[in-house]
Amino acid sequence: MIPRYQTVLFILLLAASVIMTVLLWRQLDRAHQRMLEGQSSAPTQAPQVAAAESATLMVASDSDGSLQPRVLSLPLPSLEANPGARARAILGRLLDLYAASDAAHPVPGGAASIEQVFLLPELADDSSSGIENKKAGQNGPQLAVVNFASSFAANHPSGIETETLTVLSICATLQANFPRIASVRFLVDGKQIDTLAGHADLTRTYLTSQAVPTEVVTP
Amino acid sequence: MCMEDGDGRRSRAMGLICLGMAWMAASAQTPPVQVPTVQAPRYTVVVDAAHGGDDTGGHSGTQSGSQNGSWMEKDTTLALSVRLRSLLAARGIAVVTTRETDTNVDRVRRDELANHAKAQACIILHASLSGTGVHLFISSLAPAQPARIEPWSTAQAPWINRSLGLAGALNSAMQHAGLSVTLGRTALPVVDSMACPAVAIEMSPKGASGGSDHSPIDSLNDTDYQARIAEAVAAAIVEWRSAGSDTGAGQP
Repeated sequence: MIPRYQTVLFILLLAASVIMTVLLWRQLDRAHQRMLEGQSSAPTQAPQVAAAESATLMVASDSDGSLQPRVLSLPLPSLEANPGARARAILGRLLDLYAASDAAHPVPGGAASIEQVFLLPELADDSSSGIENKKAGQNGPQLAVVNFASSFAANHPSGIETETLTVLSICATLQANFPRIASVRFLVDGKQIDTLAGHADLTRTYLTSQAVPTEVVTP
Repeated sequence: MCMEDGDGRRSRAMGLICLGMAWMAASAQTPPVQVPTVQAPRYTVVVDAAHGGDDTGGHSGTQSGSQNGSWMEKDTTLALSVRLRSLLAARGIAVVTTRETDTNVDRVRRDELANHAKAQACIILHASLSGTGVHLFISSLAPAQPARIEPWSTAQAPWINRSLGLAGALNSAMQHAGLSVTLGRTALPVVDSMACPAVAIEMSPKGASGGSDHSPIDSLNDTDYQARIAEAVAAAIVEWRSAGSDTGAGQP
């Protein structure tokens, strides 16, 4: 004959085990969700649901060292809601062209080579008024910061011409689609590095006005 | 007393005359004193073979299809530098090279060598598997007026116009030699800090116009192709010198 208190204790322990199993299962599920959310949430491809818009890509050619405009229709994020994602989508399409097997300026990597594009207001250093700076930042010139994946720099072909064309085509493409972008800086994995692949200087700020060939500038 | 005094004066005068004649005779036998002449300024060219040592520059990596094996940019630039040095020296031009062996020379050291040489031309040699022909680059810095003290990172700015002239001479010589040439401007730190007319020359594989059916690696390892480029560069510098660029060394 099992004493009554032992039966009650057994039932309590069983209930506690079931509750702990459920709690553990839910914790595990939450941890898995957190891990998935911790990965890059930024889109690597332009959203297909967005309406297609025309974008001008300044496509480089190694054969003659030129930049030629190419107008494509792309689904792009809204300029007002997320200009950084829009810039990233456009530059991603440009790098997809370079990653193609028949590219005139072959560079491996494609759209995934660009981790982020930040658009920041270019604030005048000598301005003493923060309010004026804020107003100027809303409609004034912008600085674009392009953050490459380290694999892009590691696999980029080495050479003055090829590296210069990559940098200039990115600057010119940004200028063609975002007229307020006046200057561009480059990072690799969030850090400043000396050169792209041994030649082109990535420590300096590039002016977009100097990147666009004069013969293809449209008013 | 008076006679003795007069004889003494006469003998001293005779002695002085004899000493004077002896000095004149001696001076007639010694070679004439060298008048310092103003020597023509030495024409100096700096040749910078890019990369070296553990800095290989571009390399063939996993590319295949070469009959001559692998390729490293540092080897091609050094081979071009040696050829160019010989060709320029044969034309009476003093050459300062930044490296003669497979060593890694710091970028700042290269600029120091170039700026101390006060050269009339600075040639920076690169090579690449990308593109075709020869690429000529000058600094993308905006031209500036010379100042008493130039910032190190923009020392090239006052020399931009003369660098353009040198690039024009190189372009003409390359085309005359049947090489395909592209001209451009770039942000290359080693050029931006040079206080001399400076042009970066990037050797790329021969294009279709060069009549080559070789792989890019074989093309860059082709000694005849390297020799054609070196001879064209030497011819351009001789032309650049004869065009009157030999004055004003060290001045933009």
